[in-house]
Amino acid sequence: MRKNAARATRLGLALTVVATVAACGASSDPSWSTATSAASNGGMSALVSAAKAEGQLNVIALPLNWANYGTIIKDFEAKYGIKVNQANPQGSSQDEVNAVKSEAGTSNAPDVLDIGMAVTWANTSLFAPYEVAEWSDIPADQKDATGLWYQDYGGYMSIGYDSSKYTVTSVSDLLTPAFKSAVALDGDPTEANAALNGVMLASLANGGSLTNIGPGVSFFKQLNAAGNFVPVTATAATIDNGTTPVVFNWDYLNSASVVSLPSWKVFVPSDAVLGGYYAQAITKTAPHPAAARLWEEYLYSATGQNLWLQGGARPVEMSAMQANGTVNQTYAAALPSVSGTPVTLDQSQASAAAAYLASNWSAAVGS
Amino acid sequence: MPAVNRRRRRRLAAFKTVVYVVLGLFFLLPIAAMVEFATRGVGLTSPRTLAAFTSIGSDPELVDAITASLELAVITSVGMLALLLPTMIWIRLRVPRMVRPLELVCLTPLTIPAIVLVVGFAPLYNWIEINVSDSILMLAFAYLILVLPYCYRALDAGLSAVDIRTLSEAARSLGASWGTVMWRIIVPNMSSAVSNACLLCVAVVLGEFTVANLLNFENLQVAISILGTGNARDSIALAVLSLVFVFFFLLLLSFLGRALSRRRGGAARA
Amino acid sequence: MRRPLRGRLRISTTWLGAAPFLVYSGVFLALPTVLVAVGAFSGPHGPTLANLAQLSQPYVVSAFLNSLLLSAVSASVGAVVGAVLAYAVATGSPDGIIRRLVTALCGVLSQFGGVTLAFAFIATIGTEGFIVIWLQQHGITFYPNGVWLYSLTGLTLIYTYFEIPLMVIVFMPALDGVRPQWREATDTLGGGTWSYWRHVAGPLLTPAFLGAWLLLFANAFSAYATAAALLDIGGVIVPLQISRAFSSEVGLNQANFAAALALGMVVIVAIITTLYARLQRRSARWLPR
Repeated sequence: MRKNAARATRLGLALTVVATVAACGASSDPSWSTATSAASNGGMSALVSAAKAEGQLNVIALPLNWANYGTIIKDFEAKYGIKVNQANPQGSSQDEVNAVKSEAGTSNAPDVLDIGMAVTWANTSLFAPYEVAEWSDIPADQKDATGLWYQDYGGYMSIGYDSSKYTVTSVSDLLTPAFKSAVALDGDPTEANAALNGVMLASLANGGSLTNIGPGVSFFKQLNAAGNFVPVTATAATIDNGTTPVVFNWDYLNSASVVSLPSWKVFVPSDAVLGGYYAQAITKTAPHPAAARLWEEYLYSATGQNLWLQGGARPVEMSAMQANGTVNQTYAAALPSVSGTPVTLDQSQASAAAAYLASNWSAAVGS
Repeated sequence: MPAVNRRRRRRLAAFKTVVYVVLGLFFLLPIAAMVEFATRGVGLTSPRTLAAFTSIGSDPELVDAITASLELAVITSVGMLALLLPTMIWIRLRVPRMVRPLELVCLTPLTIPAIVLVVGFAPLYNWIEINVSDSILMLAFAYLILVLPYCYRALDAGLSAVDIRTLSEAARSLGASWGTVMWRIIVPNMSSAVSNACLLCVAVVLGEFTVANLLNFENLQVAISILGTGNARDSIALAVLSLVFVFFFLLLLSFLGRALSRRRGGAARA
Repeated sequence: MRRPLRGRLRISTTWLGAAPFLVYSGVFLALPTVLVAVGAFSGPHGPTLANLAQLSQPYVVSAFLNSLLLSAVSASVGAVVGAVLAYAVATGSPDGIIRRLVTALCGVLSQFGGVTLAFAFIATIGTEGFIVIWLQQHGITFYPNGVWLYSLTGLTLIYTYFEIPLMVIVFMPALDGVRPQWREATDTLGGGTWSYWRHVAGPLLTPAFLGAWLLLFANAFSAYATAAALLDIGGVIVPLQISRAFSSEVGLNQANFAAALALGMVVIVAIITTLYARLQRRSARWLPR
């Protein structure tokens, strides 16, 4: 008897939801799923009303304290009344792409992606081309010519440290005994983009190059042998509590720790300026195509770009905004100072580095 | 004899005290550490504060997620009892050769890490979400599988303490149907196993994160994870609150369970 | 020779009883498992053994060995300590408040894991853990020879945090089945506490104990989130290797290799379950059934 009751409840719930979903589906305008710009399909106002009719946006892997996404999401929701559904907040770029593939066709599928370049280059077949209103403000080498992907924000690999306990003026300082059980990465370099770039920073500062991550691995091996390396993944909690007082991470991610730990400082070495940008893309199978496009329009407007700037990240339209005066000067001034010529890993260099790490990282820091 | 009993009881009492104190410390100290961290103020000399605990407020998403998780817990428990218990009793009585294979089958969900299992679930869920429903309650299908190892073990421990062969033969010879044998004779004799299995079901569902997360559903643990990416102290405070919530919910269930079984099984236990 | 119709019907009704479970597990368990197995043998150009061949690489073998050791030790410690705690609770009043509290607490803690559990331990006995600081203030160094918490040893300790409560929950029903009459009978026959446990309660509880150990082993074997938070030193245990193969965003993801690793895990647990079944058969000789 209990079995029948449970089954009836499940069926009843299922039918109710199917009906609701069918009703929701009827209100989305299919023409937006192939629109390549707002202007080509009725203009911004048409886009806004179509997006509001859809009422929801599925985002994925956007931690709230990552480049100020918490504020961005709240602001977008308040401005357009569209509910932003967050999924897999700690997921990696690869997880985002995996979700696109496995959820294709369902209403849970991600609408928009914010992914690292290695994953972007490898998965362009999943993206729908779109050009935001400020397309010309994005530098040509930071977007795909056909509009499949466009970089959004970036930063430089940095060393964040608790200035009340330590002083860091160069990467080699970290090998001194003062840094016992202090230095950590933001994840496993064979898995996470930020951690891989952290090891690459160490490599650049120790005679390596973009094509040679070996010196970086030896640096961490030395760090480990000296007892200075902490294998714990640095999170806001471990930084706050002092377990990982020195962290290799993107400067905008390190900057976020200043809020809870006022003595936290961010240092970008002048002899190793390693930059990295992330990229946005709209998925072909987006269940809310208009909302997805509106989200991109919002992010690339001055409002969105300045919110990223507030989060310590360098928005891709920064030079254009500085030229036409829309950049928020206070936020721009708060960015960590960077001297020297920045370099960035390209696709082949990134895979070569990853391959080297796969065979050598565990041995270097494993004991 | 009475002297031996008294000495035994005293030794038992001493043993129990030591066990509770030592293990109590082991389990409660990490929780205390979490609370200690969550109540710190910002900066080295700030006073302790409960700000992290109250910051959650009445976030509507969290309320939705809690409701969904509770509903899933109930559906999974009922489904598990309906599906697993009769099967286990049936197989023990009628097809004893299948006991070990059943055990292995029930252990399989735990041998495959959840991240891999989700890869297998994803196509199924794709079909379900498009053709049946995309409600979060569809997770019950996966959760029924996930609780199998735990609930099988709890039920098995109870079943092995009951001589079901003798009981069922006696009941059958008195004319009872298989239903009566199962629900009115065997189950009341393993009430502790059944309630523990349900407890595990509820605990697993309320604590489940990986499958819901990778299928892009927002259950309780996923909602906590999302909110937890904001601020470290808030996220730890939220984790503590979630533990406390599940603890009190399980405690409540144990009282309910006792009340129900006392009403139903009184006659059968004689 | 034609079988009598009645016999044939009896066999089919026997299987009918198990049908709902078979159908359900066929769809929701067998299908995903088969998909994983198929993935293990798939390659970019069709069926291949290359994924399985990768399993013989030294870093994979050492990951499997680490996983086995970690799971066996945490399961064994969890089983013994959990059984002791379960015994302490089971000998109390069945309706008492202590039993309810401990059971509810064990229910919660058996599912407590991941990043939060790792942090809870870091906040307790990490380098800045409050116990370590407190001991430091009293002149005691907690970590004279390196921080063992951030290693497989530490991970084993952390695993027992959820293994012990799990043991309590799954083993307690067996302890509840221990009748006081058995103790009285042993007393009447002149046996003491030792012979009671050795000849009466022990053998009767062994099947449930072994079964619970197996569950604890499988639980530890496939756990990964806690290890991921604590040790970013690259795939020291198999679930971390699987996670890298699935989620690596630096180009090291190979979903089929992950499937092969998972298949390896299933095979290992199947082997251990077979050994366990053999052990059960031997100890079952002492049982009335």
